[in-house]
Amino acid sequence: MKVKLQHVAHARSGDKGDTSNIAVFAYTPALYPLLVEQLTAERFKAHYRGAIKGEVIRYPVEAIHAINFVCHGALGGGVSRSLCLDNYGKALSAAILGFEVEVPGGLVKELKNFTEA
Amino acid sequence: MSRTLRIGSGAAWWGDRIEPARLNAERGELDYLCFETMAEATVSAAQVRARRDPAFPGYDTYLDDRMRAVLPACMARGTRIVSNQGWINPDGAAARIVALLRELGFSGVKVASVNGSLITDRVLSLTDRILENGQPTATLAPTLISAEAYLGAAPIAEALAAGARIVVTGRVADPSIFMAPMLHEFGWDPLDHARLGAGNGIGHLLECGAQVTGGYFPDPGFKDVPEPWNLAFPIAEVQPDGSAVITKVAGSGGAVTLQTVKEQLLYEVHDPANYLTPDVVVDFTTVRLEQAGPDRVRVSGIGGKPRTPTLKVSIGCTEGFIGEDMFFYAGPGALRRAQLAKRILEERFRIVGLQAEDVRIDFLGLNAIHGAATPPDAPEPYEVAVRVAARTRTREEAIKVGREVDGMAVSGIAHTGKRVPHQDRTREVIGVWSSLVPREQVPATIRYWES
Repeated sequence: MKVKLQHVAHARSGDKGDTSNIAVFAYTPALYPLLVEQLTAERFKAHYRGAIKGEVIRYPVEAIHAINFVCHGALGGGVSRSLCLDNYGKALSAAILGFEVEVPGGLVKELKNFTEA
Repeated sequence: MSRTLRIGSGAAWWGDRIEPARLNAERGELDYLCFETMAEATVSAAQVRARRDPAFPGYDTYLDDRMRAVLPACMARGTRIVSNQGWINPDGAAARIVALLRELGFSGVKVASVNGSLITDRVLSLTDRILENGQPTATLAPTLISAEAYLGAAPIAEALAAGARIVVTGRVADPSIFMAPMLHEFGWDPLDHARLGAGNGIGHLLECGAQVTGGYFPDPGFKDVPEPWNLAFPIAEVQPDGSAVITKVAGSGGAVTLQTVKEQLLYEVHDPANYLTPDVVVDFTTVRLEQAGPDRVRVSGIGGKPRTPTLKVSIGCTEGFIGEDMFFYAGPGALRRAQLAKRILEERFRIVGLQAEDVRIDFLGLNAIHGAATPPDAPEPYEVAVRVAARTRTREEAIKVGREVDGMAVSGIAHTGKRVPHQDRTREVIGVWSSLVPREQVPATIRYWES
């Protein structure tokens, strides 16, 4: 079934200049392969619908069941010159929580705070 | 030193809370209390302020508050302090700390100031290209405010070895502030990249304070922590091999869990196998995390690779001004009124000939935070703020933004809510660029003081 990423993983964003890194962490090790398979750099960038102007580079970190997405051109030209209210992009990581993941029935019990409709 | 070294955080940024620093000083049983108080543009902003205000001493504006909160307990227990509160005037900060020590009755305390990071007068000859855009750094000459290199842990460790109880610095890489005590106490070779990688990784976990103890973390129903209004700053119990347990003072709010540590491990990291610092290249991909008890996470296995021959330089430049303001709509039809207001502002900016490099008019409550990433089917909000911002070359142009928002009070549309315009609605932009400088070109100098 299709499930919002917020039930599969948590996320945090950090800033450096005009680059935001958005790291996504599987709630359990069993859910991590779903991120690796489905949350590609291309899909990640597409989910942000133009808010990320440059390249997205993906770094899987299996040791902590996480994927780090380095997003160039995501902070309005840079923290200090950005016109965005959230100029550090600390809220930017929340957007990816709406990404839809296909979760096989066997893994539904692993999901966080999820009840089937 | 073969025993456990206890290093605590006292601040993660300039505006951070004071009371968790006091808590760590009084109840953390610390060997070292370390403060990180600078952001990317802190030095340049301090330079701009110093030019305008000759009375500005050039160090952390909360220096007195922070030191008064922690000095009594630190001096009583023998906890040493490492801090980058020196900003553009480490000597001034050291002198002020000495004065505070005397006022509090602590005499004979050795204080060190670490200088050398400021290279404004030399930066254009020492550097070649701007990392962000590949242009020569010489193109920044007309707008240059300030440049500073990110120093490493070595000069701090040297000051500690010379007996300093308090070391105050200018720009130092954030993890290095927390790693310097390990370098000194464990007697690590500064080129032992395996140990320094592990130690710098622990420093990275501490440098953002409460972000590893439950701050920037809670999400109701998904990631709950106890008493998120009562967070502590972290403590690392570090072993001589650079592994550590991350924990916090018992009885405080928040949590130290695998989740909080994982999130902070990758915070502001790009390639997790190659995190560049002045001291070492850190490899986080080999990390092992283990919940060793309540609010105790054991961190081991962080790797290191030899440091690079260069140091990062931040170059601050004047880049004009930003004018911004907001006004409000609520109730049925709030969004349609906000949309007409946006159209009016766009036309008004044309009529008054606003010269702007960039203009942004957003609906706070709908798309002002995520911008283009807002889903097209996002529900219509009951309340919405129209938030407008423009970046301009001159302050005169930036002022036009607020003046046109003023016009919306009586010349706007129905049900417009508005603030009385008594706050400053323009600010100066300091653009920050990066470059690299050969490390041998930026020697640190240390001065010693005594209370």
